[in-house]
Amino acid sequence: MKEIKLSVSAIENGTVIDHIPAQNLFKVISILGLDRFDNLITFGTNMESKRLGKKAIIKIADKFFEREEINRIAVVAPHAKLNVIRDYKVVEKQLVEVPDKIEGIVKCVNPKCITNFENIKTKFSVINKQNVALKCHYCEKITDQEHMVYL
Amino acid sequence: MRLFFNYFTNLNLIMMKNKSLVAIDDLSNDEIIKILDLAEEFEKNPIQNILSKTVVASLFFEPSTRTRLSFESAVNRLGGRVIGFSEAANTSLAKGESLKDTILTVANYSDLIIMRHPIEGSARYASEVSPVPIINAGDGANQHPTQTLLDLYSIRKTQGTLENLNIFLVGDLKYGRTVHSLLMAMSQFGASFTFVSPKELQMPKEYKMFLDNMGLKYNEQTELNENLDKADIIYMTRVQRERFSDPLEYEKVKNVYVLRNHMLENTRPNMRILHPLPRVNEIHTDIDPNPKAYYFPQALNGVYARMAIMASILGLKSV
Repeated sequence: MKEIKLSVSAIENGTVIDHIPAQNLFKVISILGLDRFDNLITFGTNMESKRLGKKAIIKIADKFFEREEINRIAVVAPHAKLNVIRDYKVVEKQLVEVPDKIEGIVKCVNPKCITNFENIKTKFSVINKQNVALKCHYCEKITDQEHMVYL
Repeated sequence: MRLFFNYFTNLNLIMMKNKSLVAIDDLSNDEIIKILDLAEEFEKNPIQNILSKTVVASLFFEPSTRTRLSFESAVNRLGGRVIGFSEAANTSLAKGESLKDTILTVANYSDLIIMRHPIEGSARYASEVSPVPIINAGDGANQHPTQTLLDLYSIRKTQGTLENLNIFLVGDLKYGRTVHSLLMAMSQFGASFTFVSPKELQMPKEYKMFLDNMGLKYNEQTELNENLDKADIIYMTRVQRERFSDPLEYEKVKNVYVLRNHMLENTRPNMRILHPLPRVNEIHTDIDPNPKAYYFPQALNGVYARMAIMASILGLKSV
């Protein structure tokens, strides 16, 4: 029997984002704006993971992220790992860090919050980095992981 | 010495100049004390013409009798003019104008905007877009800092201090924004608390955790007529029908938290009863003649506290 193996090919230079929860893959793509990139991007999803159950991976050729830029995915992929690739070799590994403040990305859980009425970018301070919990800058209500809706 | 004190008082008030007041924790303890000191000055001399060149906009997107009249009385007594509205029905809001546009327009007509709005966070947002200072007169269930300042003024005036007092908070402790703000403010002065409420309306966990972290004591009880002899302040609030998912539960507790005159027999001589008003039946009218009933003088204190807040923000000094 002929063995068919399809694999996501290695990249020469760029970034590999691993350990993304499979269900949040498209949120990560959207948060990083990858849908508007011209670079070569490949991704795999629903791969077996001991830690996450199903995980996803994204490879972006010729793109290196700034720390702040990549931390924006922390609310949807807090355990994501970044491998920086140069000349086919991993030259740096980075972990995502939940930032102290988050702007945009998440909707305030409070239906009576001004951000759900006017055209305002949401702003939160992060009050728990483990089980991510966000305090709204405007209405001061807490949005926890369970109730998080992404913009 | 007095001159020296005044110099620092004024310096601090100047620092507040043009700053909006959105939440009680926008103010440091020091700023709170300075506002209370200034309110005391206004109480001694409430008719002054310091706002004669000032137009204050009073934007009440939802009705409020006490807060609005208290602010407008304060402006009028200081010689200022008030423009504004007392409900949103006949305003541009009803036509679909954004809050931002309303604020940017009204800021052209006034030196200061006092705003009550049903949407939470509206005051913070208004303060970020407005070129003139905003005073939050209540944003939904979120913040109502001028109520807290008048409560603090009433407590200091009746107790002679804000330090180490025993405060009983009674009624709706789950949703009541006044009790939450008062708790946050009084915790800065080392208060102990007793929470008296039905199980459905208990003080939320985050406030208890906050007190734990501050190392402050609190007790919880469901019976009103217990331990009242330990209170310096009994702060009553209304238990509202609409807070209960089960109407039967409301029926069970609606008449439980009624303070009666005979319950005050063994209370401390310095104890005073406060209430943000309106009262329905939670303080029986048989208490009204008792000198420990302080809710109507408390409402008057609101005028002095609001005079002090406006004078501070507008950078006008009267001391």
